Amino acid sequence: MKINMEETLRYLGCQGHTDDPELRKTIQECTEELLQEVTPRCLYQQVAVHFTGNGQLDLDDISVVSQDLSKHLAGCDRAFLFAATLGARVDICLQRCAVSSMSRAVVMQACAASLIESWCDENEPPLSNSAAQEGLYLRPRFSPGYGDFSIEHQNDLLTRLDCPRRLGLTMTSSFMLVPSKSVTAVIGLTKEKQSCHINRCMDCRAENCPFRKGEPS
Amino acid sequence: MNIRELLGRRLLFFDGAMGTLLQERGLAAGEAPEPWNLTHPETIENIHRTYLDAGCDIVKTNTFGANPIKLHNSEYTTEKVVTAAVRIARRAADACGRRAFVAMDIGPTGKLLRPLGDLDFEKAYDAFREAAVAGEKAGADLILIETMSDTYEAKAALLAAKENTALPVFVTLIFDEKGKLLTGGTVEAAVALLEGLGADAIGFNCGRGPDQMLPLLSELREYCSLPILINPNAGLPRSVKGKTLFDVGPDSFAESMRCLAKNGVWLLGGCCGTTPEHIRAMVERCRDLSPLPFDPKNRTVVSSYARAVSFGKRPVLIGERINPTGKKRFKQALRENDIDYILREGVAQQQRGAHILDVNVGLPEIDEPVVMAKAVSGLQSILDLPLQLDTSDPETMAKAMRLYNGKPLVNSVNGKRESMEQIFPLVKRYGGVVIALTLDENGIPETAEGRLAIAENIIRTAALYGIDKKDIVVDPLAMTVSAEQSAAAVTLEALQLIRERLGVPTSLGVSNISFGLPQRDNINAAFFTMAMQNGLGAAILNPHSDAMMTAYYSFCALSGADEQCMAYISRYSGQTVSASPAADQEIGLYDAILRGLKDSAAHSARRLLEEKAPLEIINQVMIPALDEVGKAFEAGRLFLPQLLMSADAAKAAFEAVRNGMGGEKAREQSRKEKVILATVKGDIHDIGKNIVKVLLDNYGYEVIDLGKDVAPEIIVSAAREQRVPLVGLSALMTTTVPSMEQTILLLHEEGVDCKVMVGGAVMTQEYADSIGADFYSPDAMGSVRYANRLFGHEQ
Repeated sequence: MKINMEETLRYLGCQGHTDDPELRKTIQECTEELLQEVTPRCLYQQVAVHFTGNGQLDLDDISVVSQDLSKHLAGCDRAFLFAATLGARVDICLQRCAVSSMSRAVVMQACAASLIESWCDENEPPLSNSAAQEGLYLRPRFSPGYGDFSIEHQNDLLTRLDCPRRLGLTMTSSFMLVPSKSVTAVIGLTKEKQSCHINRCMDCRAENCPFRKGEPS
Repeated sequence: MNIRELLGRRLLFFDGAMGTLLQERGLAAGEAPEPWNLTHPETIENIHRTYLDAGCDIVKTNTFGANPIKLHNSEYTTEKVVTAAVRIARRAADACGRRAFVAMDIGPTGKLLRPLGDLDFEKAYDAFREAAVAGEKAGADLILIETMSDTYEAKAALLAAKENTALPVFVTLIFDEKGKLLTGGTVEAAVALLEGLGADAIGFNCGRGPDQMLPLLSELREYCSLPILINPNAGLPRSVKGKTLFDVGPDSFAESMRCLAKNGVWLLGGCCGTTPEHIRAMVERCRDLSPLPFDPKNRTVVSSYARAVSFGKRPVLIGERINPTGKKRFKQALRENDIDYILREGVAQQQRGAHILDVNVGLPEIDEPVVMAKAVSGLQSILDLPLQLDTSDPETMAKAMRLYNGKPLVNSVNGKRESMEQIFPLVKRYGGVVIALTLDENGIPETAEGRLAIAENIIRTAALYGIDKKDIVVDPLAMTVSAEQSAAAVTLEALQLIRERLGVPTSLGVSNISFGLPQRDNINAAFFTMAMQNGLGAAILNPHSDAMMTAYYSFCALSGADEQCMAYISRYSGQTVSASPAADQEIGLYDAILRGLKDSAAHSARRLLEEKAPLEIINQVMIPALDEVGKAFEAGRLFLPQLLMSADAAKAAFEAVRNGMGGEKAREQSRKEKVILATVKGDIHDIGKNIVKVLLDNYGYEVIDLGKDVAPEIIVSAAREQRVPLVGLSALMTTTVPSMEQTILLLHEEGVDCKVMVGGAVMTQEYADSIGADFYSPDAMGSVRYANRLFGHEQ
């Protein structure tokens, strides 16, 4: 996993003010400390996509009502369910850091957020390769909680992929992923080469999301 | 003959996968298999029979997910599902024409326990108890707790089974390719915990194929004194077009299992992907083998969730700083329920090289069991060092041992009958290594022989409770040498005697030796070296003492315990001898805060105390500096990391000011109004709340931090009881904003006279207005500004 300096600075709200060498050094150090703690894992599985009208669709036997996901998967008849995590020790590290130094803790948080994104990106090649064999391309990841894709579907993805057992990835009763630096997502398979018609999460309606990309914060 | 008696007489065989076969018989992907015990009993019984025909001795009931947590949306109760499942298995086992056993199968809840997740340890315990009790009642022969990837959950399940049934309990864990549990634990740490809690057999299942289990098995055998059980998958899982496939066929599986049996496994079976053909081939291939005998391991080991510390190789360092005795600031932290202060002491001691942390929170005016529970939970959520639970109150000890995620060091028992009657049952129940002090009803013997005799009596008595000698560490007590010149010699002699005659490790609270003498570190370090030379196994000491740590590292290098002096070199190479103050320590407090220099801020605050009153320092230097930083942040010239660096520096300065002025009175003077902070129910992301906490604390507010995932009722009662005029609530997710609204509603309904400020990633002014908040804080400084306006502290 690589340090994504610019992305980490953006998470910290310091985008465009990257001349602070101390901060860059801290980001470097925190990332290295996190890399000692990560136990990254990832899982995926292919499902069939059936649109049943009115923004409703089935991912195999998982029924979803979501205009945004329908739009995102438009034209796909298959998709991957995807889950990835950095592991529980990262959460323990973040908590430890919050006790000793909050300034370091916020940098650590941002680094971990960036690392899980990198980890997800690094795991996409096997998916895109398997898609390529059938002449298909990947759409960007779309997660429960984006737009009107209800976060309650977290449960369906975790169960379907057997995440608690295979990744140690669970959720709370309010559908938050634990360990916290984890991602679940649906990735559409499409015939269009230009798979990403809108940049990343810009078609997401969660406009206050701190991780929203592509526009100045 | 019951299953316990059969263990070791011959190899015993478990069945294979249930889920794999059910899917072939129509169970849909993602469908829970447990209700099939009621809807398709013949199918389940048929699978059991097929496995019994294949030659297995033990069938696992179809109850992997049969607990109230997983079944909460099901139309069936846990008891109903379990009873049906056990009866089906019982019928099949009794009909097979030979003695076959029914294992009540218990899988994980699928949730992570607090503090990582949101499941309470006791809730998990209750869920497992319900399943275990129902299983025993319906006629199971044993309980198999399987596929556990978290030691804490395994502890909840094992404790529930042991405390509520009389059945033998086997436990299998799931380790990854690096030999770690998914929550990071090692084989050695897990073995310590499970043996301590009284498991009857332990081993591995799932995750990997039999060949990949082999290296893990040799590690397990190195540490384990119990029968070993392995139920691997039929190879590593592979996903093909949405289907999970396993590559190891029956013959190859059987061959690999034979190899495991030859390497000491007594109970063999299969997990995911294994079929009756796998089991038949395995039974046939292993039929001629007998269980390999093993020797019980004579190791003294304690553990945390992640790592084990064993006594014997080199002296173990037990950090003594989490203890209020003689520490004003620590007492103050305890009275104020400032758990973070305790946690920081823990982190600092780990950084200094402590191997184990002593935890003592005994103070007459506090609720010791409650504070101890908070300290233990807090420490084990941020550190992976084993803990030494240190209390003279049996209720506190019981609570701490129950909550502890590992095998603790228990401080302490002594030769008095009452002490042994209180402590030994706890050690038997929860597992632990206990420190035995060589004193009894007649006091502390003056001779080494006398102390040896007490140690012998303690070990003898422990055996009556079923506690092995290996779980006892004897402390022959370091007495003050200034009161009795021969005190050191007697203790040193006792160390030798105890080690040679009893063969148990020893421990000492080293610094007692120097009581009443000047420059105590001189005496302590010399005595410590002498004690190590006399075989001392562990020392309770202050890891911040350079003299003691130097004595330790030097001794290890000289005695050969530190191979090639690597530990010594890595600690001391490149260090200069005299620690001159760093250049930046000479800058003023104002600038130190501005520039976010923690050490300098503390240093200059201490210097300023010589010329200014504490309140002057706070109001004339610190608050203005913080204000300047705050303004720069609000104007976009500084960013969150820099704002918080200044906050950390101010915090260090506050600590210095408080220490410098003798605690409580000054603190009261410097304190402003109380503010409650909480991350609302259902929300476990607390970074935003923690940022606000540091800033409010900087400005002198007395922050009552209720933590994360806090129920509305708790917030209301804290606000009312402590008459708190301002409550800050944080929520990160849209799904948890409703709990924020409920909290505000309840505060209003109950007529609590306070203002409510809210913040969090999804929060907006509009949203805040709609749920009835008094103030919405868009960023970290906003909450401070609001509090200052509200209470008239604007400068």
